[in-house]
Amino acid sequence: MPELTYLEAIRQGIWEEMERDDRVFMMGEDIGAYGGAFKLSAGMLEKFGARRVMDTPLSENAFLGAAIGAAIMGLRPIVELQFADFITTAYDLIVNYAAKARYRWGAGVPLVIRGPAGGGVHGGPFHSNNPEIPFVHTPGLKVVVPATAYDAKGLIKAAIRDPDPVLYFEHKLLYRRIKEDIPPEDYVVPLGKARIARSGRDISVITYGAMVYIALEAAEALAREGIELEVVDLRCLVPLDEEAILNSVMKTTRVLLLHEDTQTGGFAGELTARITEKAFDYLDAPPIRVTAPDCPVPYSPPLEEAFLPKVKDVVKAARYLKAY
Amino acid sequence: MTKISADLGRRLLYTMKLMRELENRIEKLYRQGKIVGGVFFGRGQEAISAGSAILTEIDDVVCPSHRDLAAFLIRGMEPWVVVAHYLGRQDGPTRGRDGNTHMGALQHHIISYISSMAAIVPVANGVALSFQYQQQRNVVLCYFGDGATSRGEWHEALNFAAVFKLPIVYICNNNQYAYSTPVSRQMAVPHIVDRARAYGFPCERVDGNDVLAVYEATEKAMERARRGEGPTLLECETFRMTGHSAHDGAEYVPKELFEKWAKKCPIIRFEKFLLDETILSRTEVKRLYQQVENEVEEAVSRAERSPYPDPGKMLEGVFADTGGPPSPSATTRREKN
Repeated sequence: MPELTYLEAIRQGIWEEMERDDRVFMMGEDIGAYGGAFKLSAGMLEKFGARRVMDTPLSENAFLGAAIGAAIMGLRPIVELQFADFITTAYDLIVNYAAKARYRWGAGVPLVIRGPAGGGVHGGPFHSNNPEIPFVHTPGLKVVVPATAYDAKGLIKAAIRDPDPVLYFEHKLLYRRIKEDIPPEDYVVPLGKARIARSGRDISVITYGAMVYIALEAAEALAREGIELEVVDLRCLVPLDEEAILNSVMKTTRVLLLHEDTQTGGFAGELTARITEKAFDYLDAPPIRVTAPDCPVPYSPPLEEAFLPKVKDVVKAARYLKAY
Repeated sequence: MTKISADLGRRLLYTMKLMRELENRIEKLYRQGKIVGGVFFGRGQEAISAGSAILTEIDDVVCPSHRDLAAFLIRGMEPWVVVAHYLGRQDGPTRGRDGNTHMGALQHHIISYISSMAAIVPVANGVALSFQYQQQRNVVLCYFGDGATSRGEWHEALNFAAVFKLPIVYICNNNQYAYSTPVSRQMAVPHIVDRARAYGFPCERVDGNDVLAVYEATEKAMERARRGEGPTLLECETFRMTGHSAHDGAEYVPKELFEKWAKKCPIIRFEKFLLDETILSRTEVKRLYQQVENEVEEAVSRAERSPYPDPGKMLEGVFADTGGPPSPSATTRREKN
């Protein structure tokens, strides 16, 4: 089995879908001749031509809107945001147009909006955001947050085949840092199915994206103290695999919510509410959040380091939960 | 005005009159408290959507805005369905999920606009892009008002369409006011075409109260688009003979302007042309107006018989897999042809 990085896995997923279905095409800034800011689409212009790998003006509203219109007409556009942070510039078209079209007048919008999110690469306040929450909160949108190369490929393929708008946030820190063997055959990872990244009896860590690795590292460290973490990798925030979350929590009776996004209004709050509403009687300790603080993502290395949730934060929270 | 066939004359006059009378009747329903949401009219602007949408071929697409009712009617949305929509009934094109003129119907190739003005413009481009992508000879007619031309999305979209030479015709209802804001507060250049010209495609000012002028300009622009030569913008100059919506008395508009533009009513003007040129007889015109009147009454009574939507089905259709009737598709129809 060929070993692929997370980035190569996304590229391969898109590539295969474009080979499979002529309706699938890409739009974005600098994705053609240059191959994309992170070279994710390298070689795709040569393979598929300018009709299907469209370099656009610097104009998120224009190309996102065009993708929505093309999707309504039955095409399957994939829009690349050069950085996920820039999604705010086309917020209206996503939440008011794409998200509501099926509900309002039955017009499905089979569109994928993807782009690099997350910090840890010294991108500063405009190239490091985790912008998932406003879209999680908007009915009609699906939100995918892959953590592994296998999932990155299977989820992008599922997203492309999905009949509704999907936001696919790639973690740029993972692009070239992780690698794994990818089966050569066609496969999809269905949207809305979480993955148990590590099984354990003591504490559930519910997380996604690059934080899965922080959780796994913490689990290693804690195992040496006899504390066993169960790491639940959500894969998708919408649709949410509530069953997997509740099953894990009911088993461990203690839960830690971990994300790289900032805290107030972050996904951990929603998870806490659902868990306490539906599994309160099972809990032996209050749910604990480990997240970034309520602060823009700073640039300078010591500041960014202080901003991002770290293994030691998880370890500390887990010890507290265990002792509670 | 040029010579036209009796058939075209009849269709144009009928559509404009139907738009006028249907909107008048809708306004009455609003005043009676039967329509609970906002109602928006194109009174005095009927020539623009009628004179342009009448030119669409079966697989062309229209993206009408809120003063373009004739485009909906020409594309096959029945008057009673429009009324059912305003009344929030099950048989409206959004099954009561939306009101206003937010009506879309893929089976009629009508793409719905949304309330944030100009958001439809990049979306309309995407429809045009789908034609180009699939090498279809079809054209999109995209409508908006003068206010929308101040939005960033409008500028981004015009530029995008120009770069990719998309088969689209932009039709601006320049009715001089965006809600209460006059064009002079919207921009420091005199005309919409002055803004649009920067993007590098033909732009033309058209008498928006002359249905044949709109027809001719649209015909030329659509041919250009079908030849693959890209977009055109038509600035149809007109006047909003009403408030922004039915709740708005438009006290901020100088009375003389209403008086001046009342004399240019596109329906009276076209009717006179048809009679003067002996294209239609007085009896035919009378019969046609009677037909419109009957259809409007029939539309209202049929719409009022339509049930309200079932709150138990409110969550249907948020996603494809959360239930609801299957979505009509623009592509299925094309495959059938």
